Amino acid sequence: MSEAKKENAKSMSIIVTKGTLDWAYPPFILGTTAAAMDIKVTMFFTFYGLPLLLNKLDLKLSSLGNPAMKMPMMGMHMSMPNIVAAIPGVDAAASKMMKNMMNNKGIASIEELREASVDLEIDMIACQMTMDLFEYDRKDMIDGIELGGAATYMEVASKSDINLFI
Amino acid sequence: MADQVLDAKGLNCPLPILKAKKTIKSMASGETLSIESTDPGSVADFEAFCRQTGNELISSSSEGDVYKFAIRVTT
Repeated sequence: MSEAKKENAKSMSIIVTKGTLDWAYPPFILGTTAAAMDIKVTMFFTFYGLPLLLNKLDLKLSSLGNPAMKMPMMGMHMSMPNIVAAIPGVDAAASKMMKNMMNNKGIASIEELREASVDLEIDMIACQMTMDLFEYDRKDMIDGIELGGAATYMEVASKSDINLFI
Repeated sequence: MADQVLDAKGLNCPLPILKAKKTIKSMASGETLSIESTDPGSVADFEAFCRQTGNELISSSSEGDVYKFAIRVTT
């Protein structure tokens, strides 16, 4: 991108607050796509979104209390009754099923999208307070991220054209 | 004849756009990139991508289940 273009470039910030397999997608899809469209992107990872920066990802979702999660099965769409979803092992199985479905449909994994985020030079900020709260160690997280707090985020947000909370 | 060819068939949103961007980054201004995809959403997405980034969408067509795009790189 030329210098003149860079100066006129739009910018976007995203607060990433959720770290389940399903909720990890919207921020990473929008972040990488925006960056690919020459929009300067900052992602601030806080609370349950913070573990998305860990080196080793093992993302899961839960169908418990999620009647909108209807999986295609035998030509129909079926949601999981809560009493079944609460059984140990069901979340793990549903997560595996979702990952298989995504893979079969050419949908990127979160690992791939996170790698693309690094390649596209997205600024990723880990919330220091959340690191302290949940006792996460910087050395367990990917390279190329910064640490910061609410003021760090607000400075970026005040200058951004688009601010999202996911 | 395109300077670069990108096969994005079988990939779903947003991978065709991300792969296209990666390829465009390695290309010079004025060169053309030819893309094939199978994601129906990529038709509207490549139009939006080109409008936003200033790259020129020379053509957009489909042949069976395959969507074909030609983009002239502008940097």
